[in-house]
Amino acid sequence: MKKLLLATALMALSAGFASADVVRLATEGAYPPFNFIDDKGEVAGFEREFGDEVCKRAALECTWTTNEWDSIIPNLQSGNYDVIIAGMSITDERSKVITFSDNYYPPAASAYLAASADADVKTGIVSAQVGTIQAAYVAESGATLLEFPTPDETVAAVRNGEAAAVFADKDYLRPFATESNGALVFVGEDISIGGGVGLGLRQSDTELKGKLDTAIKAMKADGSLNALIEKYFGPEGLKF
Amino acid sequence: MFAVCATPKAIEGLTWAMCYLTSGKHLDFYWSFVTVLLLLAITAPVAMALGFGGAMAARSQIAPLRWIGKAYTAMVRGVPDIVYFLFFVIALDQGIEYLNHLRVCEDLSQPVFRGLEFHVCAEAKVPPATASPFMFQAYSFGLAVITFAIVFGAFVANVIYGAMQAVPHAQLETAEAYGMSHGQVFRRVLVPQMWTYALPGLTNLWMILIKATPLLFLLSVKDIVYYARELGGTKTQAYDYPHADWRLYYFLGLLVFYLLMTKLSEIVLTRISNRLSKGQATAAGEAMRKAAI
Amino acid sequence: MSCWETFTDYALRSIGIGAKLLPKTDFTICQQFTLIGSGLIWNVYFGALALLFGFFLANALALARIAHNPFIRKPAEWFVFVFRGSPLFIQFFLAYEMLVMLPRTGIEIFGLTLTSSWLTKAWAGALIVLFLNTAAYSAEIFYGALRSIPKGDLEAAEAYGITGFAKFRRIQWPTMLRLAWPSYTNEAIFLFQSTTLVFFSGFPALSQQGDALYYANYFADKTFNPFIPYPIVAFYFVLLTLAVIWLFGRINAHLNRHLPQNIRSRIRLRPQLIR
Repeated sequence: MKKLLLATALMALSAGFASADVVRLATEGAYPPFNFIDDKGEVAGFEREFGDEVCKRAALECTWTTNEWDSIIPNLQSGNYDVIIAGMSITDERSKVITFSDNYYPPAASAYLAASADADVKTGIVSAQVGTIQAAYVAESGATLLEFPTPDETVAAVRNGEAAAVFADKDYLRPFATESNGALVFVGEDISIGGGVGLGLRQSDTELKGKLDTAIKAMKADGSLNALIEKYFGPEGLKF
Repeated sequence: MFAVCATPKAIEGLTWAMCYLTSGKHLDFYWSFVTVLLLLAITAPVAMALGFGGAMAARSQIAPLRWIGKAYTAMVRGVPDIVYFLFFVIALDQGIEYLNHLRVCEDLSQPVFRGLEFHVCAEAKVPPATASPFMFQAYSFGLAVITFAIVFGAFVANVIYGAMQAVPHAQLETAEAYGMSHGQVFRRVLVPQMWTYALPGLTNLWMILIKATPLLFLLSVKDIVYYARELGGTKTQAYDYPHADWRLYYFLGLLVFYLLMTKLSEIVLTRISNRLSKGQATAAGEAMRKAAI
Repeated sequence: MSCWETFTDYALRSIGIGAKLLPKTDFTICQQFTLIGSGLIWNVYFGALALLFGFFLANALALARIAHNPFIRKPAEWFVFVFRGSPLFIQFFLAYEMLVMLPRTGIEIFGLTLTSSWLTKAWAGALIVLFLNTAAYSAEIFYGALRSIPKGDLEAAEAYGITGFAKFRRIQWPTMLRLAWPSYTNEAIFLFQSTTLVFFSGFPALSQQGDALYYANYFADKTFNPFIPYPIVAFYFVLLTLAVIWLFGRINAHLNRHLPQNIRSRIRLRPQLIR
């Protein structure tokens, strides 16, 4: 009996030690090529591979989880996971409540994707995902904003003619444009908003931020991050 | 799953469809139907228990207990339950971890709420960060069950409270005339007799509970709506099985599922209702008596 | 910015009057109350109009359901089954997906071109879904009430020589309404509550004009704190529910005015929350 108790105590103790190094990563799982759920039902994409690599370099044991975009920040603060890795652009308003690591994707271009080259993106109806920096940008431009909860629906709205164009990260839209056989085209100039994509952390987790930043810097320095970007975003992907 | 499916982009036609429909994500989708049925199977009895407790409290002689009961039953009256779902789970999760924090953490000097951040020590995390993904899913499923049970328990309490009031007074007085104590009247007469009055309301609630399950995805449970959206959305070449926007077909499938559930429930509940109405002093019981003659 | 200025800027924001942009920084409780209250306009619009139109269709459906002719009865039964048997959430989604499939250029009928693009907007599309949905639920209530009209009342009417349509108009219909009213009140309350699903699942919000839950979502998203905006929505809905109960209670009193005090039917809440 005593042995059993001791064993349980030891196990509990070791579990306690191990838990200090387990980092839970949360993603949305609906934003290819950044992150998506592949056909096996696993998190996949650029951020999956990047996240695993960062964890390896920082000697952290990482597990993956998915969360709705809407509640991804409140759940981070509530401690349900430790890192947001969901193609989240670094913005001032987000920086007020969470802290960001160094960016691992350069300030990316956002672009308008439309069904015809002469689509009116200045005053027409433009769709965007609710709660994104692109939605805020469209609201401030002269265009009429049409908001959908998922990125997929914003593109569907252009296909079925509900919106003249969709405004989103160019990297997200590019596959739709290339695979549409000319039905969908980019319109107007690319617009750079946001401060690049970074990992979102609780402001109190300074130690974790340090470890992750070091790993990201190392990946930038040896070119492995650029190689990953090339792999997932093709030659058009922005490099460091 | 099958050997031919190893190269999804090379196959087409029926083979493609077979591989597509048996991909890992589709298997998860099929499992999510089990999740929904499981949630219904667990939530219904828990909500019944909560509702029964709520109704008893609302009828209690002790004033504070009565107030709690009444407040609980009034809770859901005016407010759309989607509003509860949007913040209740985070609150529940924090509540559980806070209690655990007080129980297991050694260092209680640090404040738990720092601005918007919520901090408990690593040991107090439920489930612990080392737990398997299955444990995390089970935990959020558990939270969803509790949330559903609390909201629907309030409805059940309303129904049962009304049903207890509807039992004819003469029946209770007769029981007292036979010398039964308060508790005996409650156990032997009021509760058994109440069901026939409560059943229409409870039937209605069951139907509502079935139709509330699409909101499960709000409680971060990966339910059938989550997968229908995820699988149906346009798939580019980044995926193994690229296809156009098929959400409409997936949702039509869900529609059929819900209609079948409703039909099945109607058949079963009509049988129960007929059994309970037998020999009762209600219109339905009277109709059955006449039909038998 | 004072609270009054906030009010003038945002009180009608949900219908496109007032400030063009939503607040972006330094969120105050006043802003949250004003904007979420502004969104409530949409909930009232959807609820009130769907109830109004749905009332007429529900009467027709209830009559069709007690008809002997199966060609009239069966379609009504199926309509009620489909709309009561499936979640409103999924109805919204399917309705939107089907409405966007209508041809952009309009539909030609007998040389007339009917435009269809307005149907995909929430104010029309969601209203149609809610209208059909509440009609199905109300039809079931009215159908039940029609079947529970005391036999004696109908026999008495016939004894006085009141038959056919006159019997329906003067005896059956008013009695049905009186018997159904408490349940119908509940249906009204829950219809108002289910209007929160409009912008949440089915229809996109245009120019950031949405209902109470849409703005609550906006604030929860911007302030990253769900514990303030959602309880505000809850507060507004309690007020709305009280208003509905009061209004329907007045009508109930009117319907029961001929009856002695002690046998008047009282309004009791029977839940029918999300569909």
